[in-house]
Amino acid sequence: MTEPTLTIEKASKDRGKLRVLSDVDLTVAAGERVALLGHNGAGKSTLIKTVLGLTPLSGGAIRVGGAQPGSAAARRATAFLPESVSFHPALTGREQLTLFARLDGAAADVAGLLDRVGLSEAMDRRIGTYSKGMRQRLGLAQVLLGRPVVALLDEPTSGLDPVSRQDLYAIIDELAAQGTAVLIASHALTEVEARTDRIAILRQGIKVADDTLANLSQAAGLPIRLRVRASGDADALAQQTGGRRINGASVEILCSPAQKMDALRRIAAMGDAVADVDMTPPRLEDLYRHYAKETVQ
Amino acid sequence: MTRFLAIASTELAILRRNRWLVMVTLIMVLFALALTFAGSAPTGTLGVDMLTVSVASMTTLSVYLAPLLALMISFDAIAGEAERGSLGLLLSYPAGRGEILMGKFAAHLSALGFAMAIGFGSAGAVAAWFGGAGAESLVALGRLIGTSMLLGAAFLVLGYLLSALAKSVTAAAGMAAGLWLVFVVLYDLGLLGAVVFDAGGTFTQKVFPWVMVANPADAFRLWNIAASESVALTSGMTGAAQALPAWAAPLSLMIWPVIGFAAARFVFRRVEP
Ligand SMILES: Nc1ncnc2c1ncn2[C@@H]1O[C@H](COP(=O)(O)OP(=O)(O)OP(=O)(O)O)[C@@H](O)[C@H]1O
Ligand SMILES: [Mg+2]
Repeated sequence: MTEPTLTIEKASKDRGKLRVLSDVDLTVAAGERVALLGHNGAGKSTLIKTVLGLTPLSGGAIRVGGAQPGSAAARRATAFLPESVSFHPALTGREQLTLFARLDGAAADVAGLLDRVGLSEAMDRRIGTYSKGMRQRLGLAQVLLGRPVVALLDEPTSGLDPVSRQDLYAIIDELAAQGTAVLIASHALTEVEARTDRIAILRQGIKVADDTLANLSQAAGLPIRLRVRASGDADALAQQTGGRRINGASVEILCSPAQKMDALRRIAAMGDAVADVDMTPPRLEDLYRHYAKETVQ
Repeated sequence: MTRFLAIASTELAILRRNRWLVMVTLIMVLFALALTFAGSAPTGTLGVDMLTVSVASMTTLSVYLAPLLALMISFDAIAGEAERGSLGLLLSYPAGRGEILMGKFAAHLSALGFAMAIGFGSAGAVAAWFGGAGAESLVALGRLIGTSMLLGAAFLVLGYLLSALAKSVTAAAGMAAGLWLVFVVLYDLGLLGAVVFDAGGTFTQKVFPWVMVANPADAFRLWNIAASESVALTSGMTGAAQALPAWAAPLSLMIWPVIGFAAARFVFRRVEP
């Protein structure tokens, strides 16, 4: 039995009177991509900092590949992309990445990595002249140094254009494929939904959800949304199906996953009265709203 | 070791890139040359060579300039990284905090040393060429460069200490200016006031020299003066130097960088990015 690469057990963090993290349990296995969601100030960045050993825990324990956070072994094993990363403006991208490679201690193909993140043109220009997205890419390049065991990415897509976001997730997939445990703090729900294996949600320092998207949907019991367009009288259709008219021609029906087929059959039986049907399963946004807003019992 | 070198070479690249090294070297050369020529008039009356006079004036210059330049590079060292947000990333790498500080220190001290050696050295060469130089005055010049670096080292580490204590770069800059003012100007004024008030009592004779030598800037002055009779002659400041054992000033100047580094490292350890 292999131990998960990153183990967080009952992690708590107090800042003065404020409890920023309380009894958070979280594991990330090798090759797994876990999304960490939560409102602003929920404690995502703080959790990442405790894993890096940059800020001490008030309670609980963290193991990074079997080592204590902040120990030399743990720091060698982790890669980190800070939120809104920035570097010394006087250095060039190549010089900055060379510094990180030498600090990391592993031989690295600096030019190749910069090329991988699309900075081959700009690598010999001063970082002061880079755009925000280019700095973010440089930050990503240093994540790829020396095959990390754990990668902690704090809002990695902020400031990236849509194509760069795709590139970023391709790089994250590569990391996971080589066995890196990846933890991604993010607000970009639609991206995270498609590109991660598991989702953890923090609310005011408390973990309120931690499962795959499918399991979370099931547990939340969120309704499936059926939108039926009437060919004739929408009000009559609303009455027949027990739905709610949402505009001149359409009716919205909410039903549980178990009732879904039943509802569809009834709609199909109405024949010509129905012009079209759209079905939307609950999305991560609905789930997120459900878990992050729900009041603590 | 490679980590220490990586930090040091990157810091040196930054100092070269933002023209700091060129500007400071230029400032040192200009000041030193100006003082050498301005001070060349009384040479004949005192019966010493021109280089000796030049070293005496440059000693006075260095008391102000070495701490100032040192603080100017060092105040940003930790606060700057913290404000940019790059400190957390740097500390997530395997380099230890002491190692990072040591790398920056090595780079900053060699940049200062370079500027001082070129500045004082070229002024010394000019003085020797025009007004002659004896073996003793050459030694005094070497001592001036060496002690200026020690003085610079003391204020570099004090700058790191402030930089680790400060919550922002602006605060660090303000604290550095205050520190310079206290050590280089106000300390001596305070001592002077105390001596005048005491009117030659026990304080002036027993305590004053020790309080004075505890300040690295004064220790620097005392060391250069006590070591060379002719420099002392031209600077007219021998009283305090004679009241102290010969090791007092060198000890003070050498111990400041060590204690300051330890303090800076201690505070830096507590910094949470
Ligand atoms: N250095 C600090 N000192 C005091 N409080 C802090 C500090 N850093 C964070 N906090 C507090 O801890 C809480 C969690 O902050 P954190 O940065 O972890 O949130 P986050 O989930 O990353 O939010 P965001 O999505 O905005 O990045 C907030 O209430 C914040 O005010
Ligand atoms: Mg955050």
